[in-house]
Amino acid sequence: MVSHYDLSRTFEIKGRDFSKAGYVSINIKEILRELGIDPVIVRRVAIASYEAEMNVVMYASKGEMALKLNPKVIQITLEDEGPGIENIDMAMQEGYTTATDEIREMGFGAGMGLPNIKKNADVFELKSTVGKGTSYNIVIYLNSKGNV
Amino acid sequence: MEKCDGRMKCLRVCPTQAIRIRNGKAVILEEKCIDCGECITTCPNEAIVALTDPLGERSRFKYTVAIPSPALYAQFGRSILPDKILAGLKKIGFDDAYDLAITCGDTSLAIEHFLDEYNGPKPLISNCCPSVVSLIQVRYPQLVDHIIPIKLPKRLAAREIKERKAKELGLKPDEIGTFYITPCPVKMIAIKQPSSEKECYIDGAISIADIYDPLLSALESEDEGNYRKSLESVCILGIGWAVAGGMHRTQKLKNVLDVSGITEIIKTFDDIERGKLQNIDLVVAYTCPQGCVGGSLTMENRYISYNKIIRLLETLEEENIEACRDKREIRERYRQKYFHRQQKYEPRPIRALDEDLGKAIEKQRKKDEIYDSLPKIDCGICGAPTCMTFAKDVVKGDSQLSDCIFNIPNRLRELTSELSNLLDTFGSIGESEGQKSSKEK
Repeated sequence: MVSHYDLSRTFEIKGRDFSKAGYVSINIKEILRELGIDPVIVRRVAIASYEAEMNVVMYASKGEMALKLNPKVIQITLEDEGPGIENIDMAMQEGYTTATDEIREMGFGAGMGLPNIKKNADVFELKSTVGKGTSYNIVIYLNSKGNV
Repeated sequence: MEKCDGRMKCLRVCPTQAIRIRNGKAVILEEKCIDCGECITTCPNEAIVALTDPLGERSRFKYTVAIPSPALYAQFGRSILPDKILAGLKKIGFDDAYDLAITCGDTSLAIEHFLDEYNGPKPLISNCCPSVVSLIQVRYPQLVDHIIPIKLPKRLAAREIKERKAKELGLKPDEIGTFYITPCPVKMIAIKQPSSEKECYIDGAISIADIYDPLLSALESEDEGNYRKSLESVCILGIGWAVAGGMHRTQKLKNVLDVSGITEIIKTFDDIERGKLQNIDLVVAYTCPQGCVGGSLTMENRYISYNKIIRLLETLEEENIEACRDKREIRERYRQKYFHRQQKYEPRPIRALDEDLGKAIEKQRKKDEIYDSLPKIDCGICGAPTCMTFAKDVVKGDSQLSDCIFNIPNRLRELTSELSNLLDTFGSIGESEGQKSSKEK
């Protein structure tokens, strides 16, 4: 939908590495802040990218997140190598989770991740192949108000 | 700043990267500074000083009242209770000394009422540490609506004192000087330039460190019989304000997080920003470790003074002593909006790379390029705390790439090749001239 981006950055995310979890979304947030982007938009991007990042940490073996932007739009894409999602419609429902007890004990995996991304994004597309991985396309327009 | 010899200790401790070394001396970038006092604590030369008032400032007023932070109560021996300290303050020349713990106790109750009614975004964040408020305004502008909009005890107290004393003594309010005895520089700055309250009733701030020696010699030790009486005058709700976790403990609040120390606060605020901790009602954060007792202008070891406050709380709990104002009275005042701030906290976001987003993006890319070319060892010799901040300074035009010592070999190489080019040209001129002259011969 947008072909031209003025800035793009990619970040590696390691699966099961809880000690580094959240760093990518903090990095993205810092970049947007330096650019002087509206704090409300920054927060929406921070939440969406954090939830996506956490999904890689919790379920996948690795992933690569990319931030692309121009003065009109911010796009976050994520490709992971992992188990994939069997039923995307179910996964989009609040409270639905496939997290293990161990992850839930750590305070994650409450089944709010994907619904949270959807709430904060203007466009959210999710494609998944079971046994291979999942890809996310998250778009937030710089002039949008969002539905949060 | 004359004492500064550019040793860069402050450069490394500043949590918001607000310090640069320019021409061998530390410079503080106001827009980024949150007045946490870390640099004051770390400076080996005492070159960075808090702008507190000397004791002599009192002579400007006809009548003076000392309003000590409850952290002062933790600076002396355990047998010295607040009423002795207040008496000591009067001995060293204040006309009166007010026990701020009482107003802190009132404010605790007001906060409790506010939490009960509140249904906005969670968690709320306490405003008791002005440095935390600045941190939010500068670094987490989207969290300003989470700051609890209740007035600070010292402002409430100073206003009340001025009004009451003016009436009692037949003086004008500005003839009465109210002096806050402060554990940290931030409270001072908040007094001189209150971030959003229009009127400020505090006339000055005197650091605990400055008042410590005279006060110590003016203190009388507590005798057995009076100890119990003194203890019975301590407002338990207010004493807790001096330490991280104190308010939480004395009010038995549920779902409250106590955070102290700037790095821990940053981690916690990052979580809040990402939408976590929404099941928490209130976060009480102090930038100084252990709370106000850990302030950079205090005298006692912060862990010792923390312990003193906790032991005092334990004693008061065992003895069932509260000595705070009547709860119904506070509820009534709360209903009349006595505690509510009229103004909202405004964000104070740091300057973007450029006002125009297109240009900012361009500069961001340039910054990445510069950063990639740097050694990434954060040596600080360029005057910036990290290679990343240096790259930012360069694209903003505040520094030059040649300020990086690792660029000197490159620069030398460039200069050398320029020089040899120059020599070549010069040499060839010389040669041709030489040939000419030989021909002429």
